Amino acid sequence: MQELDFSSLTPQAIATLWSGMLISLQVAATALGVGLVWGTVLAMMRLSRFRVLSFLAATYINLFRSIPLAMVLLSFYLIVPQLLRSLFDTSMDTRLLSALVGFALFESAYFAEIMRAGIQSVSKGQLAAAVALGMKPLQAMRLVVLPQAFRNMLPLLLTQLILLFQDTSLVYVISLTDFFTSASGIGERDGRLEEMMIVAAVVYFVICFTTSRLVKLLQARQAA
Amino acid sequence: MNYTWQWDVFLQAANPRETYLDWLIAGMWTTIKMGCLAWVLAFCIGSILGVMRTLPNRLAGAIAATYVEVVRNIPLIVQLFMWYYVMPRFLPEAWRMWMFAQPPATTAFVTATLGLGFFTAARVCEQVRAGINALPRGQLNAALAMGLTLPQAYRHVLLPVAYRMMVPPMTSEMLSIFKNSSIAATVGVIELFARARQLNDYTARGYESFIAVIACYLIINVLVIGLMTLVERRARLPGFVGSH
Repeated sequence: MQELDFSSLTPQAIATLWSGMLISLQVAATALGVGLVWGTVLAMMRLSRFRVLSFLAATYINLFRSIPLAMVLLSFYLIVPQLLRSLFDTSMDTRLLSALVGFALFESAYFAEIMRAGIQSVSKGQLAAAVALGMKPLQAMRLVVLPQAFRNMLPLLLTQLILLFQDTSLVYVISLTDFFTSASGIGERDGRLEEMMIVAAVVYFVICFTTSRLVKLLQARQAA
Repeated sequence: MNYTWQWDVFLQAANPRETYLDWLIAGMWTTIKMGCLAWVLAFCIGSILGVMRTLPNRLAGAIAATYVEVVRNIPLIVQLFMWYYVMPRFLPEAWRMWMFAQPPATTAFVTATLGLGFFTAARVCEQVRAGINALPRGQLNAALAMGLTLPQAYRHVLLPVAYRMMVPPMTSEMLSIFKNSSIAATVGVIELFARARQLNDYTARGYESFIAVIACYLIINVLVIGLMTLVERRARLPGFVGSH
């Protein structure tokens, strides 16, 4: 067995890792925000009475759920810069932008399935009561069904958030310097990839494990 | 859009021996091989861990629970890098020499398959545990009361029923394993996802290459769902909701 050497963790390296972590968090937060909204819309479309809407939503969800995330990111990295350049001239980093777009659209498919289960978990009587009170269908959805669906699915949504945060490390395939890519970059530069991977594993573990404990606490409080 | 599609690009020769279509098929074959091998590994280890979590023995349960927590909270790409770069350092000298004597593609394939298998094992473990815990408590007590030992009770009473109830969640784990195998490309396994990059680089036909590779992933999905539907039909438990 060879000795491990963590001397490449200089203050400078830690600063790089921190700015990488900010990118990871940015990607995760965008995917969460867009994913929740667009996912809820997709879920409502999928449950809609209109065949065309539910077919379109089902196709979108099934397509994104059958393709690996790495493939989605790479495809968007190919497509998005061309698309954006034709739409508006932006100075934003195309790697980051395509990661944000690809990630958000990909995660929406997963959030849509959770929200669909959430909407279906609300009893039919709630909707009937809302309509009887004179609400329009969309109003009833927004004011009565969705808040309950959201509440019921909160633990699942948070679990999905942990998975989503772990998945942000996959932006490695388009060389966006998130936390993981920074760590492997520093490791490769100093010839200390093994040590940096251990550091990355520990950091991810601490963040995800703490969050999952908090989710468990929340679940216990909700059940009580 | 005035893009001219050029699908016959796949019939062109990539090198004197292969066409680009051969690359695509080779990539798909590697993905399928890796997914299946990792699945077998995940199923065996996951079953053992899942049983450990339901045993009355506290220590066995704690070991399995720790394993699951550690594996679930570290991204797969980090785990694959650990298997590929870190694991060999902790091996005995002779094993390491043997590993480094292999062609790089073999080393990458073996370590990535192990990584993928051990990663999925944690998820299989949770399914097995849920399956066993879903059984009425009386099943185990009845088996023990009839004079079966604990291993016999698991072997003849609990596991046969639990496995048959677990087919649907196992299907989705199996779908995930093929999708997750794409991450093995980052440690140098030339599977389907790596082929997508190669095809894009060599043919400069990005859209065609990516659509072809996505189609391959869809085919794998359909195959898995078809296979598991057959298994589900054969394994369906009489007397439960959904059995006809």
